[in-house]
Amino acid sequence: MSTATENAAAAPPKKAVLSDRARGERNLGWKLAGPAFAVMLLVTLYPIVYAVYLSLFNYRLTDPDAREFVFVQNYVTALTDPLFWQAFTTTFIIVVITLIIELVLGMAIAMVMNKIVIPRRTLRTVVLIPYAIVTVVSAFAWLFAAQVDTGFFNHWLHALTFGWFDLEFNWFANQAGSLVIICLSEIWKTTPFMSLLLLAGLAQIDGAMEEAAEVDGATWWQRFYKVVIPNMKAALMVAVLFRCLDAIRIYDNPEVMTGGANNTMSLSMLVATETIDRVEIGMGSALAVILFVIVLIVAAIFVRGFKVDLTGGK
Amino acid sequence: MEGKTKKIMLIAAIPIMIWTVIPLLWILATSFKGDEALGDSSKNMFGNFWPKEPTLENYKLIFTGGASDLFNPALRNSIIVCVIATFISVILATFCAYAISRLDFPGKKLILTTALAVSFFPVIAMVTPLFNLWRQIGLFDTLPGLIIPYLSLTLPLSIWTLSAFFQAIPWEMEQAAQVDGATSWQAFRKVIAPLAAPGVFTTAIIAFFTAWNDFVFASNLTSSGASRTVPAALAFFTGASQFTQPTGAIAAAAVVVTIPVVILVLLFQKRIVAGLTSGAVKG
Repeated sequence: MSTATENAAAAPPKKAVLSDRARGERNLGWKLAGPAFAVMLLVTLYPIVYAVYLSLFNYRLTDPDAREFVFVQNYVTALTDPLFWQAFTTTFIIVVITLIIELVLGMAIAMVMNKIVIPRRTLRTVVLIPYAIVTVVSAFAWLFAAQVDTGFFNHWLHALTFGWFDLEFNWFANQAGSLVIICLSEIWKTTPFMSLLLLAGLAQIDGAMEEAAEVDGATWWQRFYKVVIPNMKAALMVAVLFRCLDAIRIYDNPEVMTGGANNTMSLSMLVATETIDRVEIGMGSALAVILFVIVLIVAAIFVRGFKVDLTGGK
Repeated sequence: MEGKTKKIMLIAAIPIMIWTVIPLLWILATSFKGDEALGDSSKNMFGNFWPKEPTLENYKLIFTGGASDLFNPALRNSIIVCVIATFISVILATFCAYAISRLDFPGKKLILTTALAVSFFPVIAMVTPLFNLWRQIGLFDTLPGLIIPYLSLTLPLSIWTLSAFFQAIPWEMEQAAQVDGATSWQAFRKVIAPLAAPGVFTTAIIAFFTAWNDFVFASNLTSSGASRTVPAALAFFTGASQFTQPTGAIAAAAVVVTIPVVILVLLFQKRIVAGLTSGAVKG
């Protein structure tokens, strides 16, 4: 360790081009960064490649001798199965609803955090807390809150609507009600992350520009739309991309709350059900690969379409 | 004008805080409810929210009572798995981020891009092959069988946040110290290490949160108390008897796993914000 840092410390100034010094730096760079890179590839790329391989087999864990190469048959079966499209639709609905609400809510919170003076520290601390809460805990909190016997939702709604809302309303009796609670829990838990990223974007905006627009007679909306938004486009896109990719992989909330009942099964849950409960390894792998491809496509659309530079031009 | 904005912001902050805090208070309230209060709204106030007679029986249940052989091992597993995964990730990521921000070598961008791509992997896509592989080599339902997949969550995150932190360090100070007669090692230890330590520490906290939060691996790669962590155990909780709903016990256990993270957030709020945003948004 001590020799490594000595070498590193001796390396700069960087442009004093001694070729073996440059080579030494290159070697040291890979020596230091290599282990992390290797572990990262091993723990993720290897399982993914293995999943692609397994997805080409009809392979049931309880009957390993019957393992048989079926090429793309699993994919054909998956993509023509209504169960897959049901999970796809459910996931899509959750992604769209949570993303829109989180964007609006996150932006509002970020703007308050940006401008607020008095309880600045307190607000930032409080807003951060849900991010640190275990998702399963948040799922249980919202589940208990919405249940007829243990919950307070119905009581509060009943009081707020002067008795119009039914005290015995069962949120988990149908798809729409279940999705409302699942989305609420997801929004509560992840909006802080969204607003923090947006706050970082807001902080980079030059206040003088906004003032100039104000002097020129721009309304609040015009300033927001013409000055604030264009100047934080990068932060906005990164926030939306991160949240979107996260939401596509949703698992904890619906798993805890409904276990997939009433058509609330997400794609991730479908993969787990096929693999763990039904031990259909081949089919589970195929579904996992499909989910992976969906994530890749969405990421590619964002990065290409909105020209997000994720490595920060380094 | 300024005063007016200040007031509006103050008023706007109140609903934000209420929205954040209510679910937390709610889970706390539920953990204080006895069996009867859970199903009977007349035993609670504020519209079935807070129990009129708070009790600690749920906490007794999870620590010493019927749910203890489910909860105690799970808590121990959570701590062991998350601490080890965080430790390994932060060590590897520190070397990696140091090299990225300090040395000139080809492949820097490749490492950062890979880290980013890895953090976008659908975690569940890794469960299928791991489930199969772990069963074959005997890692299914073991602690290493969780630590290894947890690295895929914590390592990329650590590399990104630490690289962002390290890039903000004024490395020239190290040379200045050397000019003043310090050896390279002294310069590194006395000047750079103190500057880097807060970043490393913050990254460790964020990585720990991520591991502590995991449910996908924990619920699918374990099958018993031997390795199940708290988030997974919560979903398998049972009540005092098999006929009672475990609502109170789950709420109490949920409070217990939440307390350490909330304390960390309260203590290191500023640095966690810096870590999250610098890791994610650059330029």
